[in-house]
Amino acid sequence: MSAREDILSRIRKNRPAGSHELPPLPHFAIQGGEQKLETFSRMLKAMGGQLVRSDSIPSVQAWIREQFPGAKVVCSAVPEVPGDRPLSQVRQPQDLADVDIGVVRAVLGVAESGSVLFTEAELKVNTLAYLSQHLVVLLHADAIVEGLQQAYENPAFRTAHYAVYHTGPSASADIEGVLFHGAQGVRSLTVIVDQ
Amino acid sequence: MSGTNSTTEYASRVLHPEVIGDHFEGARDAEGHPLVHAEGTSKPIRERSTHEPQPRGARDRGNRPVDQVEASERFLAATEHEKAHDERLWDMRLRRDKVAHALPEWEDMRSLASQIKEHSLTHLDRYLEQFEAAAKANGVTVHWAADGAEHNRIVHDILKSRNARTLIKSKSMLTDECGFRAYMAGVGIEVVETDLGERIQQLDHEEPSHIIGPAIHKTRADVAEVFARTLGSDPDDDDILHLAHVQRETTRPLILKADAGMTGCNFAVAETGTVVVCTNEGNADLSANTPPLHIASIGIEKIIPRFEHLAVFLRLLARNAIGTPMTQYTSHFRAPRVGGELHYVIVDNGRSERLGLKEFWTSLKCIRCGACMNTCPVYRRSGGLSYGATYPGPIGIILDPTINRRKYSSLPFSSTLNGSCTNVCPVRINIHEQIFAWRKVMSEEHRLPFVKAEMMKVLGYVLARPALYRAALESADEALRLLPHFIVANPLNTWTDKGRDMPETPTQTFHSWWRQNRGRARNTP
Repeated sequence: MSAREDILSRIRKNRPAGSHELPPLPHFAIQGGEQKLETFSRMLKAMGGQLVRSDSIPSVQAWIREQFPGAKVVCSAVPEVPGDRPLSQVRQPQDLADVDIGVVRAVLGVAESGSVLFTEAELKVNTLAYLSQHLVVLLHADAIVEGLQQAYENPAFRTAHYAVYHTGPSASADIEGVLFHGAQGVRSLTVIVDQ
Repeated sequence: MSGTNSTTEYASRVLHPEVIGDHFEGARDAEGHPLVHAEGTSKPIRERSTHEPQPRGARDRGNRPVDQVEASERFLAATEHEKAHDERLWDMRLRRDKVAHALPEWEDMRSLASQIKEHSLTHLDRYLEQFEAAAKANGVTVHWAADGAEHNRIVHDILKSRNARTLIKSKSMLTDECGFRAYMAGVGIEVVETDLGERIQQLDHEEPSHIIGPAIHKTRADVAEVFARTLGSDPDDDDILHLAHVQRETTRPLILKADAGMTGCNFAVAETGTVVVCTNEGNADLSANTPPLHIASIGIEKIIPRFEHLAVFLRLLARNAIGTPMTQYTSHFRAPRVGGELHYVIVDNGRSERLGLKEFWTSLKCIRCGACMNTCPVYRRSGGLSYGATYPGPIGIILDPTINRRKYSSLPFSSTLNGSCTNVCPVRINIHEQIFAWRKVMSEEHRLPFVKAEMMKVLGYVLARPALYRAALESADEALRLLPHFIVANPLNTWTDKGRDMPETPTQTFHSWWRQNRGRARNTP
């Protein structure tokens, strides 16, 4: 018997008694959900990210140059920022290993957790969000939803090959609980919100 | 959840003031406040001037029962390690409480999560078939492995047929359970763990000691020693940020040149064939997105029916594990990326047999958050490696005997049965009742002297030190939450005073079990 049939038949034989119906899911209101941007901002900060309002800066491009004066390679997946590493010319994921700043637009933001969502459609090359040293994320304030329940209603989850929530930058505290950013992925994550 | 508040709030709840440092070395927000997320601690652990050698885990006794108590004694003797470990795990427990209590629907969410898992497990054949069909339609290649050996062979075959010699992977308890790294070393495939804690453990040839903090038992000096020995870093530099930098810089070239990537799976969504992986470092995403080939190892119990159920589990998982609303990265893999390959290996390894154990099948609900370890007084003060098993702590005690009943026969006695594990379980597994039920199984399968000896060993070790708990805790109420009433109230008379009032459950079952078995011993010819 194949492993598949073997496993499935053992599962059928050993099925625990009882009906065990699937419970209906109630809607849970998110605390602070009505002030989505404020809640998003607070949670993002607590998770190690930072939030910048687009009306407080001259342009994303200028802000990047000011914040990261030493950055040599800016790779942008958004039309608002030209960048100097066109993603259309990237042949393989490893080609982004020398990127200092990656720029991408989020599908949505989650107020409850301060998360932003991307799929391969936004990233163009998935490693943009991991091999870059710093990640700059553009987000429309209107695209912030209250919580995860609302976020999972987004059709992208059913069509995208890859979808990922980022909640702050790469982090670890695996040595004595001392928290640091940039364990393997990006060292910082900034969300620039336009309203 | 900014660190400053939690620091002040929890300052009075320190267990071991002598190991608390006076300054935060970790990340801060833009205003300079210490941040507390990921596995970060809200109380800094003090730097030490001398290096106490790391106590090692349970000795390998082959198939003979693990001597957890012997390893615990050595862990306790290494006082710096033991106190820092206890302190840090308790801090995670407090951070969990804080965020859990902030959600009014918390208890409802636990019930929902439990019901969804029980439904999925009792309809597992149907959901696995649905998951497989959806995955295949998405272009994923699906494999089935009856046990760990078959899992390892399947992965090796995939790698061989593509000439892959190097594999980067994210942390997966399932691959640890399968002995994956040892197998791959034997067939000449280079495996590189990309999670910092798991990498430390791999370089030190040690198993992970905690489900989410593999190197949580090590001090910075231990890590400096491991990195100096294996990565050539400065043995006298135990600055944590330097150590983290060494790991990042030495692992990245291996990530860039790897032929294949591997991840585990936190949740497998039946309706879409999606695999969800949670990490704080983004290392699963690097492992899956950088090389052309991604293999995901999936335990059959990871299945949930629909996408909407993820909202329930993800809201519980990171809050319960580390006290944050989400892990830094929550990744959904549904189909191979353009030009890449995606393989799923669906693994049983004893799970379908466990499903048939009337008293124990609900242990399959576990979502591997680690909270039962953080709260367990035995685990916190004996270290995960003392269990000598892939899964340590309370959940390990009830999973391990289904993997090897003889080898792990003594583990069910490494518990005070205080019920704290059950109280914090996000999917409402009755962990302490199952520990008790395993004791009954062991007492039926073993000679009573073995059972009695194991009971006395672990109780002796807990009872000998109740003062440590009491002194450490802020109030008697907290001591009562941590220790069973019969230990706190009357440590020595417990075993002889048959006439006294029965304490509250769960101690009642424990007590009556003891009386019942002692009675049986008398009747045994």
